[in-house]
Amino acid sequence: MELKDKLLSSYVAFEDHIDTNTEIHEIRSKALENFDKLGFPTKKLEAWKYTSLNTILKNDYSIFPDRGRTVELADVKQYFIHDIDTYKVVFIDGKYSSFLSETTHDNFDVCLMSSALSKAKYKPVIQKYFNKVAKQDNLTSLNTAFVSEGAYIHIPKNIEVQKPIQIINFTTGSEPATMTQPRNLIVVEENSHVQIIERHQSLTVNEVLSNVVTEVFAAQSATVDYYKIQNDHSNASLVDNTYVNQKSNSVVAVHTFSFGGNITRNNLNFFQNGEHIDSILKGVTIIEGKQHVDHHTLVHHIEPNCESHQDYKGIYDERSTGVFNGKVVVEKEAQKTNAYQQNNNVLVSDKATINAKPQLEIFADDVKCSHGCTIGQLDDDALFYMQQRGIPKKEGRGLLMFAFANTVLESVKIPEVKSRITKLIADKLNVNIGFDL
Amino acid sequence: MLKINNLHASIDEKSILKGLNLEVNAGEVHAIMGPNGAGKSTFANIVAGKEDYDVSNGTIELNGEDISELAPEERAHNGVFLSFQYPVEIPGVSVTNFIKTAINESRKARGLEDMPAKDMLKKIREKSELLEIDRKFLSRSLNEGFSGGEKKRNEIFQMAMLEPKLAILDETDSGLDIDALRIVANGVNKLKSKDNAVIVITHYQRLLDYIVPDFVHVLHDGKIVKTGDASLALELEAKGYDWIKKELV
Repeated sequence: MELKDKLLSSYVAFEDHIDTNTEIHEIRSKALENFDKLGFPTKKLEAWKYTSLNTILKNDYSIFPDRGRTVELADVKQYFIHDIDTYKVVFIDGKYSSFLSETTHDNFDVCLMSSALSKAKYKPVIQKYFNKVAKQDNLTSLNTAFVSEGAYIHIPKNIEVQKPIQIINFTTGSEPATMTQPRNLIVVEENSHVQIIERHQSLTVNEVLSNVVTEVFAAQSATVDYYKIQNDHSNASLVDNTYVNQKSNSVVAVHTFSFGGNITRNNLNFFQNGEHIDSILKGVTIIEGKQHVDHHTLVHHIEPNCESHQDYKGIYDERSTGVFNGKVVVEKEAQKTNAYQQNNNVLVSDKATINAKPQLEIFADDVKCSHGCTIGQLDDDALFYMQQRGIPKKEGRGLLMFAFANTVLESVKIPEVKSRITKLIADKLNVNIGFDL
Repeated sequence: MLKINNLHASIDEKSILKGLNLEVNAGEVHAIMGPNGAGKSTFANIVAGKEDYDVSNGTIELNGEDISELAPEERAHNGVFLSFQYPVEIPGVSVTNFIKTAINESRKARGLEDMPAKDMLKKIREKSELLEIDRKFLSRSLNEGFSGGEKKRNEIFQMAMLEPKLAILDETDSGLDIDALRIVANGVNKLKSKDNAVIVITHYQRLLDYIVPDFVHVLHDGKIVKTGDASLALELEAKGYDWIKKELV
């Protein structure tokens, strides 16, 4: 049976486990209809021209995986940022793990989507925000149809959350192939501040497809710092659909670090609904083998006096392929917009491919919009310079690539995340960084 | 120390060095002067091992060993240092981290452990003081946004750190104001010993007021056509290169 049919036909079984007599369920059912109509994206769609899901849609995914084996902290500790105190919302095969988690309801909520969807006290927030900024496209609709679990984070106004929040989804490989649909909602009210680290990690080499939807609402003067660490096994694929709605004077930064996985597609969408907003989108991609990473970004400048900063760097080795499609829309009302976009790529192997497509749609006349896109090899003069100082070619190449990628890390605000990513980059590039970070 | 015999080299089939001979002994300072396009930078790059050139004939010996087949880093490990005319900018790698990496790679090649951090810091402090380099400067990305003078001073700082046997300074004076020139020259002089040698490549005599050469060579059309003592540099400064060209005819 094709995956789409399998999903559609298992919906009835899914309904057996949830309360169907709710507004949420109406949203689910509508989304299912939408997915039925749209199906999985194909390369015929402009937005999916360079990314084909065909190979991974052939797998016979278990849609409601049983929790196969228990996970001990020692097995997974390495995937946490564990050297600092954090809140943790952890899922194993799509189910909440209270053992690995550390949630809170003091002053603010860091807890579960399943509770938020079912308990009356969360209803006002859910009604106001759930599925409001998410686009009703193919894969987001699929996620919405099966929405049941994920992280729910609600920070009321004037709170600076002191500890970062880690959202981690593990798959145990209890089934030969597992599909999950995590759904996160993050609402940050006026003048509040939160830092989030998200990670998807399979614990075996069994096939995994995660179709994640995250909605972020940043109210006036709110600050959200979001880090996505994508360093999964080579048979794990990820579609990350993130939608950010910002109000005046808010600052939202999303850093995406893509090092692992099979096919990774990041749909990162920002909507600026207010003035003096800053949206920051940054990414480092370092892949090899037959890995594929696709960054599809959208920044929608709707009102005046806002900024957006995009900086994506990619290093592609062997037969890996990359896509960067950065769309910036500046509406007629959005005068005095400053929109910057930078995308630099290094192809290490002549079999690697990058498809880079900046897309600017500007309807206002008093704006500053820039975009720069480069695709190149490493600088031979720089290599010779390093060799002349005694650094062998191989190490020199590593160091150059490390330096190239590392500039994106300057804006990482959590030192432990920065050092972790620095180390991941060094490992990925086989660089022995025998110096201080 | 360095013995170059009948060196011929070309790039993209354009012949640049046409039988260059040069012998430099430990403890000596040699200046190579000559008009634009004479092959001065090519000479420096070839000794350092840049791969773009096709060396068709001749030998390059360092302390009796033929180094012409060695990779640039191997030559560096053997004590060759080239101060670049145009030092390359490397964003994302600080001066300190770069020099630490360079030193430890050289040590690794000689079978030594990394230099202990304490010793490294002490050495960095000493050598940066010698070249009057501000400590803040050391944490900046290598050469990125440096002024011409800062780049050259940084080259000599690296030379001081690496303590080469043979240092080739390719137009180290270009882009330097008089104060920076004095600091750089002072640095080079302090590093000079009976065990190492310096080749100064320059257009102008100015630098040679500070770094006094034992020998001055004129490179013209890919060959050394005249050799003299420091007074030759003064003569060239006064008379230009044309009289040498005429002498050759």
